[in-house]
Amino acid sequence: MKEKPDVLQGTLALMVLKTLDALGPQHGYGIARRIEQISGDILALNQGTLYPLLLKLEHEGSIVSQWGASENNRRARFYRLTATGRKQLREETHDWEQTAAIIARFFNVKAEDLP
Amino acid sequence: MRFLRRFFIRLSNFTTGRRADQRLREEMAEHLALQAEENLHAGMSPAEARRQAALKLGAAQAIREQHNAEQGLPLAENFLFDLRYAFRMLHRSPGFALIAIATMALGVGATTAIYSVIDATLLHPLPYPHPSELVRIEANVPGVGAHDIGLSIPELRDLQNSGIFQYVSLSFYGTNNLTGNTQPASISSKSVSPGYFAVLGVDAQLGRTWDPHDATPGFLPDVVISDGLWKRAFGADPHILGKSLRLDNDVYHVVGVMPAGFRDQGQTSDERSTDLWAAAGFYGDPAPPPMRGTRFPFETIARLQPGVSPEAAQGRLDALVASLKKQYPADYPSQGAWTIHLTPLAETLVGKVRQSLMVLFGAVGLVLLISCVNVANLLLARASARGREMAVRQALGAARMRLVRQLLTESLLLFVLGGISGFGVLFCARKFLLQFVPESLPRLNDISIGWGLLAFAIAVSVAAGTIFGLAPAWLTSRLNLTATLRQEGRGSNGSQRRSRLRHALVIGELALSLVLMIAAGLLLRSFWDLFKVQLGFNPTRVVAIETSLPNPNDPETDIYHTATQEAVLLREVLRRNRTIPGVEETAVSDRAAIPLGHSQGDRRAVPLFREGQEVQGSQPPLIDTSIVSPEYFHLLGMTLLRGRLFADQDVEDTPLVAVINQAAARMYWPGKDGKGEDPVGKRVRLLGRLGRARQDWTTIVGVMADARTESLADAGIPQIYLDIYQRPAKFLAFYLRGQVDPATISAQVRTQIQAVDAELPVFRAETLDDVLSSSLSVRRFSMEMVALFAATALLLAGLGIYGTISFLVNEQSREIAIRLALGAQRRNILRMVLRQGLTLAAAGAGVGLVVALIVSHLMAGLLYGVSPYDLYTFAGVTAVLTAVALAASYIPALRAMRLDPITTLHAE
Repeated sequence: MKEKPDVLQGTLALMVLKTLDALGPQHGYGIARRIEQISGDILALNQGTLYPLLLKLEHEGSIVSQWGASENNRRARFYRLTATGRKQLREETHDWEQTAAIIARFFNVKAEDLP
Repeated sequence: MRFLRRFFIRLSNFTTGRRADQRLREEMAEHLALQAEENLHAGMSPAEARRQAALKLGAAQAIREQHNAEQGLPLAENFLFDLRYAFRMLHRSPGFALIAIATMALGVGATTAIYSVIDATLLHPLPYPHPSELVRIEANVPGVGAHDIGLSIPELRDLQNSGIFQYVSLSFYGTNNLTGNTQPASISSKSVSPGYFAVLGVDAQLGRTWDPHDATPGFLPDVVISDGLWKRAFGADPHILGKSLRLDNDVYHVVGVMPAGFRDQGQTSDERSTDLWAAAGFYGDPAPPPMRGTRFPFETIARLQPGVSPEAAQGRLDALVASLKKQYPADYPSQGAWTIHLTPLAETLVGKVRQSLMVLFGAVGLVLLISCVNVANLLLARASARGREMAVRQALGAARMRLVRQLLTESLLLFVLGGISGFGVLFCARKFLLQFVPESLPRLNDISIGWGLLAFAIAVSVAAGTIFGLAPAWLTSRLNLTATLRQEGRGSNGSQRRSRLRHALVIGELALSLVLMIAAGLLLRSFWDLFKVQLGFNPTRVVAIETSLPNPNDPETDIYHTATQEAVLLREVLRRNRTIPGVEETAVSDRAAIPLGHSQGDRRAVPLFREGQEVQGSQPPLIDTSIVSPEYFHLLGMTLLRGRLFADQDVEDTPLVAVINQAAARMYWPGKDGKGEDPVGKRVRLLGRLGRARQDWTTIVGVMADARTESLADAGIPQIYLDIYQRPAKFLAFYLRGQVDPATISAQVRTQIQAVDAELPVFRAETLDDVLSSSLSVRRFSMEMVALFAATALLLAGLGIYGTISFLVNEQSREIAIRLALGAQRRNILRMVLRQGLTLAAAGAGVGLVVALIVSHLMAGLLYGVSPYDLYTFAGVTAVLTAVALAASYIPALRAMRLDPITTLHAE
């Protein structure tokens, strides 16, 4: 059986930021759920590892958190993107796209294209 | 920036101890609930829904640890945690902790103590700004074998104008009589060029020093005094400036008071505590006119231009010397090869004690090493006891590095606690300990025990703890999990490696202590030989008391200018001294003639010219001169070999006479066939110190047997004795032999002397036995210290071998029990254990002897009368070490022999 790929170092943070950007304030479970949905169960994610990451992002000032009530009226902690976070997201998206484009070009090159 | 922000938040969390644990737990509970709910919707049973949710979340404990790590600073947190744990471990085995800490306290404390001495004397010998710019200037005439002949005033000016130096200064140390206050006192004083303090770079605390550019032929009327003299003689009078004082009957004014901490530079402790400085140009009264050939045997020191190295300065100086020689060929004959040599001042001051101190530092370093080895050994022994603990912790998932870190923290804690306690003991006992440091050590007063030293102690402990804690930590954490857990510490895989290291450590320890003991043994034998040496004179029941006659700048005002004038005083004082109850004999001499006197600086060797053997431009060998009264020889019990002693008819108007010792006879009159010529009746001429007054021929009238009056270690120093009634001397020592009380004799003699001349100071009454013993002080100090360290080392090594053998016995108790059960003789068991001890001792002694041979070769210069490869010392010390090793092994061996096989085997 083929193993599910691990989340690439650093990409999980990008996914979290993008999720918060797209959905607005979310609690941890919501973020985990969303990542799972979008990746279509291809990624093997220990959902618990999300929490240390969230704390790290908070320390870096990219997100802030506060207590709130969840859909079913439980106490849950909601995370929200800050201006710094949005800037970080833009930068990292740009970097990622650049990297992806370069890699894509390498894949597209055929032998006859080379001078 | 983001990284920094994160770091600061973590740091603040760490320091405030904030925990986000509660928050995480709530979040995870919420997460699980939401996931479980969803799973329920998907149709799972409630139990299955919760199980799947937990699986998806992952290992809660790992997440929490990761979260905590993100929250704070894991390294620091772990360190604190380890530290707490280490404290608890020490608390649980107080015996072990106490021994280890005490051992380290001993090692670090001793090292720190010696370091404090070295720091003050060798590392910072000059308490002046920019000490590396200070140099001593020496003029040599190697062509005729003369060294340090001094400089003349024109030469001094050439140096000043050379541009190599900022300032150059002559200085001449002596004593002066300070009168006019209360009791006349003899004070240490220096006659210097006005630039002296500019050279040192120190200014007065009150008033001023002189302008370095002051030009004066003779003495300036202004003097600078020390803080000590200011307080002692003038009661710290704030209006001291401008007040006058009488020095050798000349009047001077005080212009400045030096700061309290200021110490003069110099070779002897007397010179370093100079109390008064007078400035002179040295080319007018009382000095002769400035001629290029008129050199003063003074010390010349200078401050180099900033940024000029002594080597570069020497190069420029050589060029200057060459051009001077071309310019004044008559003053610098080419066969003399006149040169000027620069030496960094710091080197000239500490040269003598450097070797002694380095030996001490080496010895104390060995003690430190041995204490470290001992503690490392203890740690290893504990490692076997803790094998199971380590295995359990590893089984629970502790990483090896983590265990090493924890063990290292424990050993570091031990070492640092030891270091701090060592420093604490040192600090509390500093007054007591400083008594043992000989006074002749340079800069003794500057030895301080403060924060710098504490930092040194801690740094040494941390370094030692890291080095000596690492190996035990590494070996402790290295184990075979399953084997250890199954065997329950009955000896594990790692223990083989550990015991090999332990053996190596004990062997090293034994070797090091052997080295120390051999060094101590050699020093002890040297000291003993010196102590038991045939003196050639009899110092018992003799007291020497000093006085000094004024030496005014104008000879016309000197009431003791001629020998005849002085003879009146001397004969009267001697007559009066003989009337003191208990006194049997009296004599008088100049200060240089005090046997083994403290004032070695007074010893001035002068060239001795023999009649008919003068050679132009060459200098004959130097000879030590002593000026003595006729009774001196008999009072000191010295033996006349040939000719006669001084007699009453030898006075100022009769031909000059002298007595020499055998060494002088051998050196100056070796004879043609090597048998020696009779020097009695030969005539000589002495130059230098004895001044312009009489350059007449002196006839040798007698030859004395050699006596060790100049140096205990050397019997063969050439001496010439002159008659004090023919050659007046200013610095005098009166001798009294008999049943006198040294405590009160000083006052009695003072009364007698001042009854003749009330202006004469009387000071420093000492028995010759005391003088003799203090001449050995540095030797005694280093001998005692090294012996103490060696004893400590032996004790530690004994403990080390005891611990190792006990441990071996413990480890082999099962094997021994089986042997006993199978009928082995108890005697054989004893022999087996002792053999193990002996093997270690033999290996240690073997290694130690090789190292000791190298070390003793290096310290040959400190030895007297004993070869550095002295067979008795080497054999004796090896025997002692073996005996100690045997004794230390005997106790565990006895225990092994008395082992009860039944109980032992049941216990396993």
